[in-house]
Amino acid sequence: MFGMINTTIRTSREFRHISNALKIGLLLLLCSTTIAGFIWLPEPTTGFLHPALARMVVFHVPCSLVGTVASLVATVYAIMYLGTKRREYDIKSRVSYSIALLFWVLTTVTGAIFANAQWGAYWSWDIKQSCILLLLLILTSYFALRAAIDDPRKQATAGSVYAVFAMVAVPFLTLILPNGPGPTNHPKGTLTTREGLSSEYKWVLYLGFFGLTMVYLWMFRLQVALENVKLRMSLTVDGMDRDVPRVNVRERIRSL
Amino acid sequence: MSKLALSNWLRCTLIVARKEIDVELRARHAIGTISLFAISTLIAVSSALNGANMRSEVKAGLLWIVLLFAALSGLSRVFVREQEGGTAAYLRLFAPSTSIYCGKLFFNLLLVFGVEAISVPLFFIFISPETVHYALLIGVLALGGWGIASGATFIAALIANASAGKSGLFFIVAFPVLMPLLLIAVQATVGAFSSVDTYVTRAVADLGVLGAYCIVSTVAALMLFDYVWYD
Repeated sequence: MFGMINTTIRTSREFRHISNALKIGLLLLLCSTTIAGFIWLPEPTTGFLHPALARMVVFHVPCSLVGTVASLVATVYAIMYLGTKRREYDIKSRVSYSIALLFWVLTTVTGAIFANAQWGAYWSWDIKQSCILLLLLILTSYFALRAAIDDPRKQATAGSVYAVFAMVAVPFLTLILPNGPGPTNHPKGTLTTREGLSSEYKWVLYLGFFGLTMVYLWMFRLQVALENVKLRMSLTVDGMDRDVPRVNVRERIRSL
Repeated sequence: MSKLALSNWLRCTLIVARKEIDVELRARHAIGTISLFAISTLIAVSSALNGANMRSEVKAGLLWIVLLFAALSGLSRVFVREQEGGTAAYLRLFAPSTSIYCGKLFFNLLLVFGVEAISVPLFFIFISPETVHYALLIGVLALGGWGIASGATFIAALIANASAGKSGLFFIVAFPVLMPLLLIAVQATVGAFSSVDTYVTRAVADLGVLGAYCIVSTVAALMLFDYVWYD
């Protein structure tokens, strides 16, 4: 959405206004879900050491959902890179994984704060905690693997292959292990059943999810544009890329 | 695939596996590293916990930690050696990629089973579990070994291009992929060391999950191997 607008703002002033309006609307949406999460939502009568703890769900769950969406997008781009070997897909895949890492770290941190207040310890090796820890490890290994390979082409291929191969483990981590019969402190069916969250909570949660997804898209577009600029700079300095006209970067910068 | 192509593929796979065994027997690098690693970890663990009153959960966890660390210390050699010796290009000319992966997987499987054959009896001597269901234990060791070997062989091909610190990187990258397998294998081994019936039935169900994991990871590795190998 922002991408379409970003590409057209160069030509038209009108679109700049729409883009700004959308950004202000997003700010208002996120402010309202935050205020609703802290103030408007009714406190539950049972099930929590302190009733206000229930408010965590409208911040914790959207973060994990956005992390999942970002990692799915990243995996699709990784597969597209392997199919086409076009560098833009690799850049998009890498950027999307980095944002997924950010949101999953937020999920883990908010979850740990809640766990300390409600269950008495920041970390208790609940099955969902173990699984998200492994997901974080997969993502950090992805970046470690990329950092260790010098050749950018091999780096991109190895990273994409590892991302796709690690997806083998992801269904075990997100579906099979957490929903097994083993003991867990996490409630089940909060989103999928009528007995789960009340409708007010679901509204705030889904609006928060929508707002954070927009934030993800915005970050994604900006970061991809930045990475493309970096790539173009490095290619022109090396003079390696045939598609990019050879430019003396120093002169170009001086002329600006 | 025609019959001729299949027999050709099998011949290539066997030659790759044979070549791995020959090279290994010449220097005995991987065998020495892995088995000594397993023995020293086992001695460290059992002497540090000497006399401690351990439940079967702890014993199962210790066994798999020893096996995983020992296996990961040597399994990356198959591809790192080709890269460092500059022989990868000749191998690419000589055989189809799937038979290279399968040949090297076969060799790594032999290594993992060898480590298990050395360290599990030693484990029984040092840290003896109260009861052992041998059929169950052998099933868990076979499937767990297969899972470790198939994942590790593939990751070895991935990290062969890295510029420095390959062994550390190999462990970092392979660990999260093998971790779910390890968790299930430990849970199944608890059943194999336990006299409680519910644990034993759960362990039998875990064998199915382990098998599924092995098949999925081997198939995924075969599908993705071309991209790594011909890059």
